[in-house]
Amino acid sequence: MTNEPEDGFESELDRSQTVPVFGSPETRRKFIKQIAGTSAAIAIVPGLLKSASAGQIVPASGAGPTSDSVSVQLKINGKAYALDIDPRVSLLDALRERLQLTGSKKGCDHGQCGACTVLVNGRRINSCLSLAVMHEGDEITTIEGLANGEALHPVQAAFVEHDGLQCGYCTPGQICSAVALLKENHANSDDEIREWMSGNICRCGAYAGILAAIKEAKTKPRA
Amino acid sequence: MNPFSYSRAVNASDAVTAISGKPNGKFLGGGTNLVDLMKMGVETPNELVDINRLPLGQIEELPDKRVRIGALARNSDVAEHELIKTRYPFLVQALLSGASPQLRNMATVGGNLLQRTRCYYFYDPAFPACNKRKPGSGCGALDGYNRIHAILGQSDQCIATHPSDMCVALAALDAIVRVRGPSGEREIAFAEFHRLPGDTPERDTNLPPGELIIAVDLPVMPFAARSHYLKVRDRASYAFALVSVAAALDLGPAKRIKDARIALGGVAHKPWRAHTAEKKLMGQAASEKTFRDAAETELAMAKGYKYNAFKIELAKRAIVRALSRVVEMS
Repeated sequence: MTNEPEDGFESELDRSQTVPVFGSPETRRKFIKQIAGTSAAIAIVPGLLKSASAGQIVPASGAGPTSDSVSVQLKINGKAYALDIDPRVSLLDALRERLQLTGSKKGCDHGQCGACTVLVNGRRINSCLSLAVMHEGDEITTIEGLANGEALHPVQAAFVEHDGLQCGYCTPGQICSAVALLKENHANSDDEIREWMSGNICRCGAYAGILAAIKEAKTKPRA
Repeated sequence: MNPFSYSRAVNASDAVTAISGKPNGKFLGGGTNLVDLMKMGVETPNELVDINRLPLGQIEELPDKRVRIGALARNSDVAEHELIKTRYPFLVQALLSGASPQLRNMATVGGNLLQRTRCYYFYDPAFPACNKRKPGSGCGALDGYNRIHAILGQSDQCIATHPSDMCVALAALDAIVRVRGPSGEREIAFAEFHRLPGDTPERDTNLPPGELIIAVDLPVMPFAARSHYLKVRDRASYAFALVSVAAALDLGPAKRIKDARIALGGVAHKPWRAHTAEKKLMGQAASEKTFRDAAETELAMAKGYKYNAFKIELAKRAIVRALSRVVEMS
């Protein structure tokens, strides 16, 4: 794998000339694609370019023949969605690439890092190792579904309060995992929290803040 | 990922019918290993039959007091079940020492039995040589980086290890695997379920294609209430075993050993039942010396390679420590 842009990449980007605006996840992603199109960005962040170039199309499978698509109804954060999808699409890719629920993150895509953690029927799972078609009728909660309107979930508030993050990429997975951990009653000691959060890796090493946040959230049940 | 067609079965007989005559079809359970291997291009099924809706998630006591675990019970459900916690504590410890909470919420008992090795040369098709992935291509691990590889029961075709923790405890328990095929249900003794590599390392188990695991039965074994699972690994959590030991002891007066169960993980192509050590312990008084002697006997046939010879001494010490823990509980 190289860090060079793929053939045809620049011409695709040349088409988007509008001024970038921050705000919603969709516009953030569009903005990244656009800055990636400048030569300066090519020199500085070739790795980012690569992911941006793959951003538009569902990348659950490479090029080549497709599987017959399957209809599936997903219930996510209380809303129902009907999708026709290639059965190879992971739940994570369906959330991010089809439904624009980009809060759940793709880290390793192999169930090792926990960035993709979501709650299915109240239990935490790695959405990268689960196919979307397996979740017909399941109640799925993502990071987008935790807050109550403008009021943050106590675990979200505690992560803010205790700096339970640095770059923030693993944070949606950490928070979903922590919400489940509290429900499972596995937050009774520092060691127990560490062990039961071991499926969520933080490469910035914000573990001290994460631990403090979970301990505080335990004392503040959801209103 | 290879394209495949997807279907959902609602009962065991439909699932078996759906896959019958399709050698390239597979049952899809939790997906934690299969989906990962499909992403890697190691597994390339052209048909998946989703069995997650089958009513096989129960954990129950049978009339004869044995315990039946449905094949779709998730690892976390088994680890939290009162019957398992009180009667087979080392099975709970084994389950909770494996993977992460998220993976344990997904992974099924049946799928855990069918996990494939984490040998790097098997898991990454960029390596040309792997007799398990591509029969006849050679073994990359034999002269490669073989730190996590086997020291017992291996062949010059394959030195991969079985990755499961749960299966180590099930081997010590002499569990029974219940399977369903086109001609009905049958039982497979746990010791007969997984295979040593010999010259057919591409076959991990004796489960024929098209047969579905429906349950695992645990025998009545009162002394398993005092049992211990010791896992030695590179990290304190969320890592595969370098060596693990599932141990249970039935102790009489003066700590005389009436029965012993020892199984090892991380050392062989299958969960390794330490029959030689068990036999050596019978009738002896439990002590560190007896345990060490038994461990020496078991590991006498072990063979290490460039990077994993440390496992031989590690396995001996792990056996002694696991058995000592069980005595402390008594």
